[in-house]
Amino acid sequence: MILAIIEHDRGLISPYSLQLLTYAHELAKGDSTNVKAVVIGNNVQVLTSELRKYSSDGIIIIEDERLENFNAEAWAGSIIQLAESKEPSIIMAAATDKGNEVLAHVGARLDLPMSAYTSAIQGGAEKKITRLRWGSSLLEETVLQGKPLLITIALNLVKAVEISGEVPIIEEFQVELSDKAFRVKLTGREEDADSGTSLTSASIVIGGGRGVGSADGFSVLEALAECIDGAVGGSRVATNNGWIPHTKQVGLTGNRIAPKLYIACGISGAVQHLVGCKGAKKIMVINNDPQAPFFTKADYGVIGDLHEILPAITQELKKNQN
Amino acid sequence: MNILVCIKRVPDVGSKFRLTDDGQAIDTTSLGFTISPHEECAVEEAISIIEKMGGNATVLTLGPADTEEQLKDSLARGMTDAILLESDQPEWDPRQTAQAIIETVKSEEAKNGPFDLLMFGSESADSGNAQIGIRVAHGLDRPIICGLKNLMVTDSGIIGKRDIPNGMEIYETTLPAVVTIKEGINLPRYPSLRGRIKAKKKEVVHFAPNQIPLQMEMIQLKHPDEQKKEVEMLGEGASAAPEVVNIFKQLKLLK
Repeated sequence: MILAIIEHDRGLISPYSLQLLTYAHELAKGDSTNVKAVVIGNNVQVLTSELRKYSSDGIIIIEDERLENFNAEAWAGSIIQLAESKEPSIIMAAATDKGNEVLAHVGARLDLPMSAYTSAIQGGAEKKITRLRWGSSLLEETVLQGKPLLITIALNLVKAVEISGEVPIIEEFQVELSDKAFRVKLTGREEDADSGTSLTSASIVIGGGRGVGSADGFSVLEALAECIDGAVGGSRVATNNGWIPHTKQVGLTGNRIAPKLYIACGISGAVQHLVGCKGAKKIMVINNDPQAPFFTKADYGVIGDLHEILPAITQELKKNQN
Repeated sequence: MNILVCIKRVPDVGSKFRLTDDGQAIDTTSLGFTISPHEECAVEEAISIIEKMGGNATVLTLGPADTEEQLKDSLARGMTDAILLESDQPEWDPRQTAQAIIETVKSEEAKNGPFDLLMFGSESADSGNAQIGIRVAHGLDRPIICGLKNLMVTDSGIIGKRDIPNGMEIYETTLPAVVTIKEGINLPRYPSLRGRIKAKKKEVVHFAPNQIPLQMEMIQLKHPDEQKKEVEMLGEGASAAPEVVNIFKQLKLLK
C-alpha cells in the first residue's frame, strides 16, 4: 500500500497533491499495490468530493478538532499511527515546503531516511530512486532504505489526471495525539497586499542582474514592463544588493516563473538563476558580453547595453501603439 | 540569548556543472565556495538577535578542514564562536549529519549551558534534503518552526512567519526551540575589514564527529537531459529594437 498525504488549506486541496495522486496511481500499477489518499484535519470530509475524482483505491480521513490548522508535528504523529496499522510500503507527499516538512518529521520520529524532491522511483527489492539537486539542475541516483520508504515527489512531474469509474471507499481512522504534538501553534495569517502583476502569473517577465548596476537602473525594466503589462524580477545579485526586494528574485532561492517570454537583462546565466526561469516558454537574453553563458540557453539574443536597448524597445512599442 | 547556527559549505557554481570522473561529486577544482544561501540568512538573523538582546551566537558546520573558510567568514560578520565537525568524507546522509549535530549540541550544552535557539537553513543549495533541522529538533525533543521569512524573539518564546500561496502563516512556540530560515528574511551584511581581522584571531573548535551507518547510499550524480537550443540573434544595441518588437508580435504578446 502507498499512503499519499494530501495537503490542503482552508477547504482547498493543493494542486500538487492531485499530481501526487496521479503519480502514485501510476507507480502502484507497476508494483501491483494500491494507493490510499490520506486527509488530515478538522471537518475535512468535504474535501472527498474533489479527491474522489483522482483516487480510485480509497481515501482515509483523520480528524481531530485540534487539527483545524496545519501542524507538522501533529500530522506526522497521525501518519505514524496510521502506518502502524496499515503497514504501507511507501509514504509519499508532494515536495512542497509542508510536504517535505511533514515527512521529515515522520523520518525523524521513526529514525528512517527520507528522500526529498524525488523524480523517479524504480521497482525491485532495493529501491533505487532519483532525486533533484540544485533545484533540478543535477540528478542524484540513490539507494533508499526503510520500511516504509519516505518520499516526497518533485512538483510538476505529471499532470493531475481524473480517474473515471470506481468510487473510492472512504474510511475514518482515529488517532490519539498528545498535547506535546501541538507545542507549535498557528496563531494567525496575513494576506498578500501586492496588487501589481505577479511574477509567477505574468505572460512576460523582465529580469535584471548584475548588469543593471543599481536600484535606479531598474527603471528601464519597469518602464518596459508597464508598456507590455509584464512583471519585473531579478537575479540573486540584484536582490542581495538590495536593488529589488527578495520577493522579486527568480531562481533557486526565489520564485520559479513560467511566462510566455522571459527577457533576461544583464544576467550571466548561473545555474541557480536558470532553475528559476526554465519554465519560461521562450527566453530572450540581452547582454553586453557576447560570451555570456546565458545565450546558449536562450531562444533570442541581443548584444549590447541594456540601458540603451530597453528604452529603445519601449519607444518602438509606443510608436507601434500610436 | 545563546544561539547555535548550523551552516553548509556549498560550491559557488557558475553556469555549468562539471562532475568528477566517478560521478560522485561536482568537480570543484576551479570553483570557490560559499555559505549556502538560506544558512547565510540564518547567520545574519542570529547576529542581529544578539546585537539587540546580547548573548552568544555560535556557528557550526560539518565538512572537510577547508570549511573553516565559511566559519571564519561567519565570525567576521559577527558570530562569536565557531565549531567544525571535521570529516574527510564530504557527503554524509541527512541522518548521519543530524546525529553528529545532536551529539555535539548535547556535549556543548553540558559544558556551557543550553542553547535557547538552534537555527538552520530550510534546505541546502546543493543536496536540498530539507530535513536536518527537523531531525535535530526531534533528537533534542524541542519544538521547531520551519521556512521562516520573519522571526521575532522574546525572552520566553518566538513568533515566526512563513510563506504560503498568497500570504503568510504566523506560528508561535516557546524557547528553547529550533527554526529553519529562508532567504529573504533579511539582507545579509558583508564582513567588514575590522571583522575579518578579528575573525582571523578567533579559534575554530574542531571535533571529530561519530558517523552512524548510512541509509541513503548515493550511486552517482547525473546531468538531466536537456534540449539543445539554437539562439536567434536579433542584432546589436538599440537598433535591434524593431526586431525585438517583431518577436513580441510573433509570440502574440501585444494586445
